[in-house]
Amino acid sequence: MEKYTTYDQDVLVVGAGGSGLRAAISICQAGLSCGIVTKSLLGKAHTVMAEGGAAAALGNMGEPDNWKVHFKDTMKGGRFINNPRIVEIFSKEAPDRVRELEEYGAVFDRTPEGLISQRPFGGHTYRRLNHVGDRTGLELIRTLQDKVVSYKPIVYMEHTLTRLLMDGDRAVGAFGYNRQTGEFVAFRAKAIVFATGGWGRMYKFTSNSWESTGDGAGMAYEAGAELMDMEMVQFHPTGMLWPPGVRGILVTEAVRGDGGILKNNKGERFMFNPEYMPELYKGQYADTEEEGYRWLTDKVNNRRPPELLPRDVVSRAIYKEVLAGRGSEHGGIYLDVSQMGAEYIKRRLPSMWEQFYSLGGIDITKQPMEIYPTIHYTMGGIWTESETCSTSIKGLFAAGESAAGLHGANRLGGNSLTDILVFGKRAGDHAAEFAKNADFGKIDSSQIEEEANTLLAPFTNPGKENPFKLTQELQEAMQEGAMIARTEESLTKALNKVMELQERAKSIHVEGDRVYNPGWHTARDIRFMLKTSEIICRCALERKESRGAQWRLDYTDASEEWGKINLIAQRDGDAVKLIHRPVPAMAPELAAMFEEIK
Amino acid sequence: MASYSANSREEGRAPLPMENRERDWWLMPLLTVVVLTLFGIYTTFRAFENNYYHYTNNGADYLSPFYSPLLPIAWYLHLPLFGLKMVSPAIYILIFPLAFRLTCYYYRKAYYRSFFWDPPACAVAEPRADARMKYTGERKFPFILQNLHRYAFYAAVVIVIILWKDTVDAFIWTNPDGTHHFGIGVGSIVFLVNIILLSLYTFSCHSWRHFIGGKHNCYSCSCGTRSSYGIWKKVSFLNHNHALWAWVSMLSVWFTDFYVMAVASGMFKDIRIL
Amino acid sequence: MRDKVTIRLFRGNADGGTETDYEVTTFPGMVVLDAIHQIQGTQDSTVACRWNCKAAKCGSCSAEINGRPRLMCKSHVEDFADSNGLIRVHPLKTFPLIKDLVTDVSINYRTAEKIPPLTVSEDIPRPFKMQQIDVERIQEFRKCIECFLCQDVCHVLRDHNRKDGYFGPRFMIKIAALNMHPLDSENRLRQLKEEGGIGYCNITKCCEEVCPEHIHLTDNGIIPLKERVADYYYDPLKILIRKIVGPKKR
Repeated sequence: MEKYTTYDQDVLVVGAGGSGLRAAISICQAGLSCGIVTKSLLGKAHTVMAEGGAAAALGNMGEPDNWKVHFKDTMKGGRFINNPRIVEIFSKEAPDRVRELEEYGAVFDRTPEGLISQRPFGGHTYRRLNHVGDRTGLELIRTLQDKVVSYKPIVYMEHTLTRLLMDGDRAVGAFGYNRQTGEFVAFRAKAIVFATGGWGRMYKFTSNSWESTGDGAGMAYEAGAELMDMEMVQFHPTGMLWPPGVRGILVTEAVRGDGGILKNNKGERFMFNPEYMPELYKGQYADTEEEGYRWLTDKVNNRRPPELLPRDVVSRAIYKEVLAGRGSEHGGIYLDVSQMGAEYIKRRLPSMWEQFYSLGGIDITKQPMEIYPTIHYTMGGIWTESETCSTSIKGLFAAGESAAGLHGANRLGGNSLTDILVFGKRAGDHAAEFAKNADFGKIDSSQIEEEANTLLAPFTNPGKENPFKLTQELQEAMQEGAMIARTEESLTKALNKVMELQERAKSIHVEGDRVYNPGWHTARDIRFMLKTSEIICRCALERKESRGAQWRLDYTDASEEWGKINLIAQRDGDAVKLIHRPVPAMAPELAAMFEEIK
Repeated sequence: MASYSANSREEGRAPLPMENRERDWWLMPLLTVVVLTLFGIYTTFRAFENNYYHYTNNGADYLSPFYSPLLPIAWYLHLPLFGLKMVSPAIYILIFPLAFRLTCYYYRKAYYRSFFWDPPACAVAEPRADARMKYTGERKFPFILQNLHRYAFYAAVVIVIILWKDTVDAFIWTNPDGTHHFGIGVGSIVFLVNIILLSLYTFSCHSWRHFIGGKHNCYSCSCGTRSSYGIWKKVSFLNHNHALWAWVSMLSVWFTDFYVMAVASGMFKDIRIL
Repeated sequence: MRDKVTIRLFRGNADGGTETDYEVTTFPGMVVLDAIHQIQGTQDSTVACRWNCKAAKCGSCSAEINGRPRLMCKSHVEDFADSNGLIRVHPLKTFPLIKDLVTDVSINYRTAEKIPPLTVSEDIPRPFKMQQIDVERIQEFRKCIECFLCQDVCHVLRDHNRKDGYFGPRFMIKIAALNMHPLDSENRLRQLKEEGGIGYCNITKCCEEVCPEHIHLTDNGIIPLKERVADYYYDPLKILIRKIVGPKKR
C-alpha cells in the first residue's frame, strides 16, 4: 500500500478562492481548527479574474435600491429557475457582507459622500456594483486572504484532492496529493466545505484558468451528491478574440457600463435592433442611441442602453450578428469605448487598457476591441440546502460557483462576488456548527488504496494516450457541440465524443516522476472534466427548451413546463441518473412582489 | 504560526548561471560614472581656482552659482575647514548643494548602482560575493545619515533663493553713472534657465513631497490637509521626473559656471540681446 | 515574425540542472507561457511551471526571461527572441528551486503573516466614510498581484540573501497601504525600522522596474515610508519637539 500522510482538521475547506477564504474566516472565528487546501498558491484563485464589482443593494448612489429590487433582478436574470429562498437570503445579506470587507481592509472606490461607489451592470435595475476600478476580484481575495491569515489557519498550498472519503453516507475526509512532492495526503475532518469553483476549462475559448476543471463537482458526484442545473454554462458576451494568443480572456462588462458600445461591421449598434429585445425586458432599456448616451451622464432620467442587457441576451445577439455575416474581420463583433476619451478610460478601466495594450497590442483609447463570447461561469453545481449550504451528502457543504441554486439559468454580472461572500460565510458557519456536534468519522483505507491506484495507474499504464491531447480534443468537442447555440444533433455529437474520450482516458500514459509533474496532474484532472462534460451534455439534451444560457436552436422558446423544473444529476453506478425536480415555490410575500411589478 | 505546506528549502537555491542579462546592462552605470566623475573633476578644479567667477564688464552682474553668495574674504580666510586655510569661498558654498545631491533619493540610486554596484543593474549579479552578508544598506554609518536628507533640502532652499536673486541681478545692468537698467544678455538667459531647472529639481524632492503633504493619511479631514493635498499632488507630478531634473539641473549649473568663467576670462564674449 | 523559435529552458531541481532547447511553433500574439504549454503538450509533459489566469491578473507565472524577471503570460515571444530565434527561460533566482520553473516562494507568505491587519478603532462610525482623495494612494499599492518579481529582483534578497533582515519591496508597500490608510490606528513604524528592515533598501528601484502592475514601489511607497521613519527615529528636531509637546494623537 502506498504511503500517505494524514492530517486532522475540525473543518476542511477545499478551495482558496473567495468562498473558501470567507468560509475559513467563519470557521476560525468559531474557534475551530481549519485547514485550507488549494491547488495553487494562496491568493491566485479564479476570484482575481472578477473585474466589475460585487452587487449589493447598498443604495449609495441616490437611487431607491433595496434588497427587494436586487431579488427581483436576480430572479429575472435566472429566468425563474433559481431557488427563491436562496436568492432572498443572498439579496438580504449582501450589503452586510460587502461592508464587512471594509473592516477587513478592502478599499473600494468612493462616492463624493465618502461611501462605496457603485456602478451599473447588465440586468441590474440600479447602480449596484461595489467596485475598485476594474480589479474588484483581486481586492476581494487579497482582503479575505489577509483576514484569514491573521487567524493562522493551516494552508495546504499546491495540494490537489481527488477523492472524497466516505463513512457510510457521511463525508469524513478527502484524499489527494501534494503537487510539489507528489506525496499522497489524506485529510480527516468533521465537516468539509467545497468551495472548488467552476468548470469552464472544458471549452476551448475560456476565461477560466487551468484550475477550473470541476474537481469539486466531480468528487461530490462520484461520492453520490446531487448536481443541479449542470446544463447552465454562462457565455460572457465579451471575450478577447484577436490575436489568437489572447483568445478567450475576459473583457469586463464594466466597459459597457462605462460607455462601451457594440458595433457590427457596418458600424451599427445592433443591440438597438428590436429583434434582440426579450419580452421580459421590453420598455426598460433605451430605444435610441441618443438616450443611451444621455444615460451615461444622467442615469435618473434616462434608460440604460441595451448593451447592458443580461449576458445570455447579448451573447445570443452577437452570435446572430456574426452568423448573418455582419461580424468583424476575425469573426467577432466590435466593442468600442474610444469615444469616451483616453483620460476617462485609463481612470475607469485601467486594467482593461493594460490588458489590451500589453497582451494584445491594441490601444483601446484609439481603436475598437474585437470580441466574441467566451465561457465564463457555471451556474449549475452541487445542490445545496438554502439555509445551511449543506449538500445531499452529510458533512459536506458547498458554496460559491461550485454550488447551484442562486443563479438559475443565467447569472447577473456582479452577483458572483457577492455569492462567495454570503454563502462562503453561511457554509463556514454551518460547517462549524456541524463540526462542533460531530466526531471524526472512520476513514476507510480501502477507498484510499483504490484512489492511490487510480492516481498511479498512468505511470505504469501500457497505453499511449497523452492527457494534454485528450484535453484538447475534449475542449474542441465541447466548444463545437455545447456552446451558445445547441441542438439535439450537436449535443449528441459532443456527448459521443466525450464518451469516446472517457474510454481512451483509461489508457493515459505519463512519463517522469511524481514531483511537480503537469502531465500526471492532467491525467487525473481530465477524468473530472470528462465526467462533468458528459453531465453537461446529458442535461442540455434533456432540457428541451431555451432558457437563459441554454439556447436550443431546435426548441427556441422557453416552455412553461420546463420553467418549473430543475434538472438533478446523480450517479447511478456508471450511468448518470437525471431527475426532474420542481423549482421550490416562492414564499407568498415574495411572489406578491412580482405581482406588483408585472 | 500558520504553516504553509510548501516545503521550505530556503537554503537550496538553484545552481543557476550567474550572468544572464543582455549585454547592454552596463550602459547606464557607465554613463553615470563618466558624467558624475567629469562633473566632480570640473567642480573641484573650479572650486579651488578662486578666479573668474564674477563677470561685471559692461555693467553686467553674472555671479557663478559656485561662488554665490559672495562671502567676505576675511570670513572664509579665517574659517578653518578640514584644516585647510586660504582656500576658496566656493568650498563653503558648494558643501550645501553637494550634501543635497549626495543624499538625494535619486542620486543615491545612481551612485549605489554605478559606483558601489549594489546592484550594478537589475537582476545582474553583484560581483563581490564575499561582501554579501556584510551589506547593511542604509542602516549603519555613514549611510544612515541619508535619513537627514530633509536638512540638506532646507539648505538647498536657501541656496535657490540666493540664486534667484542672482538671476534677477543678471537682468539688471549698471550704467556707467551708477544707475541701473533692465537688460538681457545671453548670460541672463543662461541664468534664468539654470534657476528654473534648479527650482524644479529642488522642489521635486522626495523629502519636500513628504513634508508638504505626504505625511498625512487623511487629506479630506481638515482644511489644512485639503490644501496640502493640492500642493502634494503638484509636487508629486514634479517628483515623477525627479531623476530628469537632477540630471538637467546638474548640467545647467555646470554650464552656468562655465559660461561665467568663459566670459570673465575672456574666452568668449557675452552678447547683449536687449 | 518567424515560424519557429527555440526556448532554452532551465530543467532541473535543487540538486542541479541544465538548459534544454525546445523548438516551438509560433502564432500571432504568442506569449512565452504559450510556448511552455506547447512544450508540455507536445514534447515533454513533465516540464513544471506555475500558471493560472494567463491574463496578467494572478501573478503565478513569474520567471526570468532572457535574465529579466517577467510574467510569462505578458511576454510576447517576438519581443524576446534574439536574432537566432532563441529565448532563455529560467526560474526565479532568489527563491529555492523545486523543479524547472517552480520555486518555493513560501517565505513570502510567512512574511505576510507578520504584518498586523488593518486596525480601526471602535469609535470610528460605521459604515466607513472615506474620500476618494484619501484612498487613491493606497489603491495603487493594492493593485499588487503578488507575483513576487520585486522580491526576486531586490538585491537585498537576491544577492545578499538578507531574507532574515528585510521583508522585501512587496511587503514594504503592503505596510504602506496600511500605514497610509486613513482609518488605521496601528503604529507600524517600529516594525518597519526593526523587523521589516526598511533601512536595507537602498532605493535602487529595480522593484519598480519589474513590477507588471506598474506600481511605483519606491517613489510612492518605500521612500514616503523612509521619510515617516526618519520623522520618528532620525530627525533630531522632530524628536525634540515630540519630547516637549508629547506624542501626536492619531
